[in-house]
Amino acid sequence: MYFETLEAAIAMDGHGGFVWSAYGICLLVLFFILLAPRRRQKKILLRLAGEQKRQQGGPITLEEGK
Amino acid sequence: MSVATRNAPGTAAFCLGLLRRQLTLAARRPIEIGNPLLFFAMVVALFPLGLGPAPDKLAGFAPGILWIIALLSSLLTSDTVFRSDFEDGSLEQLLLAPQPLFLSVLAYILAHWLITGFLLALISPVFAVMINLPAEAIGALMASLLLGTAVLSLVGGIGAALTVGLKRGGMLISLLILPFYMPVLIFGSAAVQNAVIGAPAGAYLAILGSMLCLAIALAPFAIAAGLRISVDA
Amino acid sequence: MWSFFHKLGSPPWLYRIAGSILRWLLPITLLMLCVGLVWGLLFTAPDFRQGNSYRIIYIHVPAAVVALAGYYVMAIAGGVSLIWKMKMADVAMRACAPVGAALTFIALVTGAIWGKPTWGTWWVWDARITSMLILLFLYLGVVALYEAYDNKEAASKACAVLTLVGTVNIPIIYKSVDWWYSLHQPASIKFTGESSIDPSMLYPLLLMIAAFYALFTCCLLMNMRADILQREARTNWVRKLALEYRA
Repeated sequence: MYFETLEAAIAMDGHGGFVWSAYGICLLVLFFILLAPRRRQKKILLRLAGEQKRQQGGPITLEEGK
Repeated sequence: MSVATRNAPGTAAFCLGLLRRQLTLAARRPIEIGNPLLFFAMVVALFPLGLGPAPDKLAGFAPGILWIIALLSSLLTSDTVFRSDFEDGSLEQLLLAPQPLFLSVLAYILAHWLITGFLLALISPVFAVMINLPAEAIGALMASLLLGTAVLSLVGGIGAALTVGLKRGGMLISLLILPFYMPVLIFGSAAVQNAVIGAPAGAYLAILGSMLCLAIALAPFAIAAGLRISVDA
Repeated sequence: MWSFFHKLGSPPWLYRIAGSILRWLLPITLLMLCVGLVWGLLFTAPDFRQGNSYRIIYIHVPAAVVALAGYYVMAIAGGVSLIWKMKMADVAMRACAPVGAALTFIALVTGAIWGKPTWGTWWVWDARITSMLILLFLYLGVVALYEAYDNKEAASKACAVLTLVGTVNIPIIYKSVDWWYSLHQPASIKFTGESSIDPSMLYPLLLMIAAFYALFTCCLLMNMRADILQREARTNWVRKLALEYRA
């Protein structure tokens, strides 16, 4: 490990603000592009499941209520 | 259909006819030809208003300013090249015609360029004088505008073909084709700037010329594809 | 061999294959990302001239490299869909666009943040950053064009044409901007000034580039799966999937 203490790692000789904000933004965007398709997939499947259950006249559970 | 093919005019005659038709249609509405030129004039006035009338400062930026305004006028007029024919159905007829679409499209773009970029290049010396472009650069300005606006018309035609069928086209065509306009701007204004400092502008004009050749060779394919997509949509 | 391509054109097969690839690719990607990030952030020595801010290279360069590569993937997919009329190819093309745009955005933002301590300004119009900006516009243009069309089949074809036009233009734009920059900046500071990069800094960089490529593939596959579900929502196999789906 290059840095001795956690404080040193965060400060990074004065450049810490730049480095951590850059990494932070990057991770945020990556998080978003990894999660968005999953959410879309879930939304589509749940909606379809709800439609079919309604057509069959079965009970609508809580998670498909929307 | 076969009767039409047998009696169909040859390709050259067809394209010349198209060209004449487009020019005649445009000539019937001289306001529409005048609008981009008026736009050019008014935006030329915007720069001194925004930057201050100091002659040497204006002269320093004049090549870039003139080229940017030419680019913006091209952008504004690029949408019109196919729209009216799309709306009254003549475009569909063109797609069904036996003549190769590549050349018909070139005829359309040539007509469009003659009433927009070509005229702009011809009257550009007037505006060049208004923002103090040195006289030696005016020749390079006109040459670069002649070559460059032709490329802009061809590239603009691609954007127009892809968006002609859309109802809320509007700004979309600008977003699509501005990145492709940038190389033309870079070399066009470089040619004029070189002429201002007295260096030969020939190299940059040659590059513009080669961009024009590339555009003439390739853009009609994209335009034809775009027209088919828009009409079939 | 041809049956492979034929199967590629079948939505349910593609959906399943993408799912099984993701099952091992996603964990590997996340692992590579974590290892690379920690390595670059904490375990490499700082640069002689730039100090610790050079660590941004470990996210900036991979994002930029994969963003540009992603455009070519998008163009190839678009070309395949136009020439061979494979529907799944244009699903692939559409899936690339938002991911590529996000990566270009990351490259630009991290580049700007890197520029502040290195050159003193948030934004500098150097050749590479300007080309990245234009790439972002190209990606966003594809997304905008797709959204503008109501008929989504026509939308895919139009985007394919636009992407191919962009592909022809990218070398022209890059060379023009490169030349423009050298014209206006006489004593140019090269963006990655050090011509030789120390191996201890190179390995984490290579790992991160590989991680970003893997990440792009994961996002591409996930987007494709979601798109396939949306397109084929009325078919039996999707309806069956929905009934068996457990959140």
